[in-house]
Amino acid sequence: MRIGAAVIAAMVLVAIAAPWLGTVDPSLFDAGSRDLLPGKTGDITTLEGETLQHTFIMGSDSFGRDIYSRVIYGTRVSLIVGIATALLALAIGIVCGLSAGYLRWLDGILMRFMDGIMAIPAILIAIALVALWRGSIVTVVIAIAIPEIPRVTRLVRSLVLTIREEPYVEAAIALGTPTWKIMFGHILPNCVAPLIVQGTFTCAFAILVEAVLSFLGVGLPPDIPTWGNIMAEGRAQFVSFPHNVFFPGIFLAVTVLAINILGDGLRDTLDPKMAKRV
Amino acid sequence: MFNFIARRVLATVPVLLIVAVLVFLLLRLTPGDPAAILAGDAANTEQIARIRESLGLDRPILAQFGIWAGQLLQGNLGESFYYKTQVTTLIGQRLEPTLSLAALTICLAVLVAVPLGILAAWRHGGWLDRALMGFSVLGFSVPVFVLAYILIWLVSLKLGWLPVQGYQRIADGAGLWLYHLVLPSVTLSVLYIALIARVTRASVMEALGEDYIRTARAKGLPELRVLVRHALSNAAVPIVTVIGIGIALLIGGVVVTESVYAIPGLGRLTVDAVLARDFPTVQGLILFFSFIYVMVNLLVDLSYVFLDPRIRY
Repeated sequence: MRIGAAVIAAMVLVAIAAPWLGTVDPSLFDAGSRDLLPGKTGDITTLEGETLQHTFIMGSDSFGRDIYSRVIYGTRVSLIVGIATALLALAIGIVCGLSAGYLRWLDGILMRFMDGIMAIPAILIAIALVALWRGSIVTVVIAIAIPEIPRVTRLVRSLVLTIREEPYVEAAIALGTPTWKIMFGHILPNCVAPLIVQGTFTCAFAILVEAVLSFLGVGLPPDIPTWGNIMAEGRAQFVSFPHNVFFPGIFLAVTVLAINILGDGLRDTLDPKMAKRV
Repeated sequence: MFNFIARRVLATVPVLLIVAVLVFLLLRLTPGDPAAILAGDAANTEQIARIRESLGLDRPILAQFGIWAGQLLQGNLGESFYYKTQVTTLIGQRLEPTLSLAALTICLAVLVAVPLGILAAWRHGGWLDRALMGFSVLGFSVPVFVLAYILIWLVSLKLGWLPVQGYQRIADGAGLWLYHLVLPSVTLSVLYIALIARVTRASVMEALGEDYIRTARAKGLPELRVLVRHALSNAAVPIVTVIGIGIALLIGGVVVTESVYAIPGLGRLTVDAVLARDFPTVQGLILFFSFIYVMVNLLVDLSYVFLDPRIRY
């Protein structure tokens, strides 16, 4: 768990400090520096037309762009998508779950609706939505969050069903507390621990799905450097230049692994009952 | 018994209905003219007008859904304007590679994951147990396409054992068919193995703590019989459940795997259809995949009765 947290902290630092890590603008290219192997030095032309000497730590792609810069800047996109998706899915899922668990008349309709969403494989929903709305960070986040909402809703609902029977909820009802205040002020704070755990897994999943979408060419537009896009561009030349695929792939796998390890650790600490189940 | 099966089968109807409503709404809630979106970028005004009429787009939305659902029940998923054929025909043509890949992956995953899970539970806390748990977190984290490229690089390019990509129909010889499918199914099965092994381990571990296991050991049964006959058969329900739930992950994985290994199946068709903005095909594929997923989970639910005689409905 500490290792996971440390790796994530490092990734966040990398994302924030991307411009100062020996990178160049990830969209810069130079026809003379195409398909360089990792560690080679070559030229790169800045937007002002200056030509600089640059060491391509991870090599360059078929346009002569620096893979290292693209991978480092890609960290930003992945983390933003992961965190934004987790927050969005949690926010909507919490509202739906609280309503379904506490307002009994809503329960049947809402949960059948969620069952329907869950019956469609998540990646298919995301692919279809991004294709309809055209890719941008906002649409990708929404498209990945939608299939995750039922999972959060179910979790919150099951928690609410036990918490609503607690004496302090009964006391609040007896005191005439408004329903929304009971839901958000009395019940929600007692759901926080499992929700944090769920949030980390959603974040890891979102980073994976974003990479898959971009890799398949149906995610973010190719001019945004994301790990999936870099790999998609490197695909055609994989046989001769595997580094285009491997470096972003390693970053992606390590980030997701770190988040999953952190999630497992959080679950064991915050929610020992859940840890026993799986 | 008959009652239970009938009730469980009927319970899938509302789920399928809601899936249909969602897929229907997907297009209607998107800004723009649904007919123009369905027809794709290359359509002329006449074609768009024809689609508008066949979908009843000038009628209220409930009537539109009625028309669409009616066609659906007749097995009519509409016509692909990109491939110029019925979507159902298109799905039929691409079914074999996907079924082959999925079947091989499931067999491989179950054959590897269940014994590993049992062994890990049996020697709980031992090196195999820790290795398996580490592997399963890794399996969840390494994306299918990254794993695919690592395997292609290692097995196909460095060792030259298996082809880089492609697919051979089973009709052209089972040997060649298998030869092309080994690497894709190994790739796809890793995630599935991680999932199944984890649940098998947890479930068998719980069963091993029961009194009847102590009894079985006390009366001198061989350990293998205790593990398989007594522990595994009592741990079967969660394992079968997770195999069913995992089908959703498998479908997602099929889309990616077929794309990397250039297998002309339904997953590849999904990506091609999305890239070509061929929405009748995308809609049809989502409905088809969801239908399969719901049906597999129906079978899983029905299997409980046979797996665990204690379950009575």
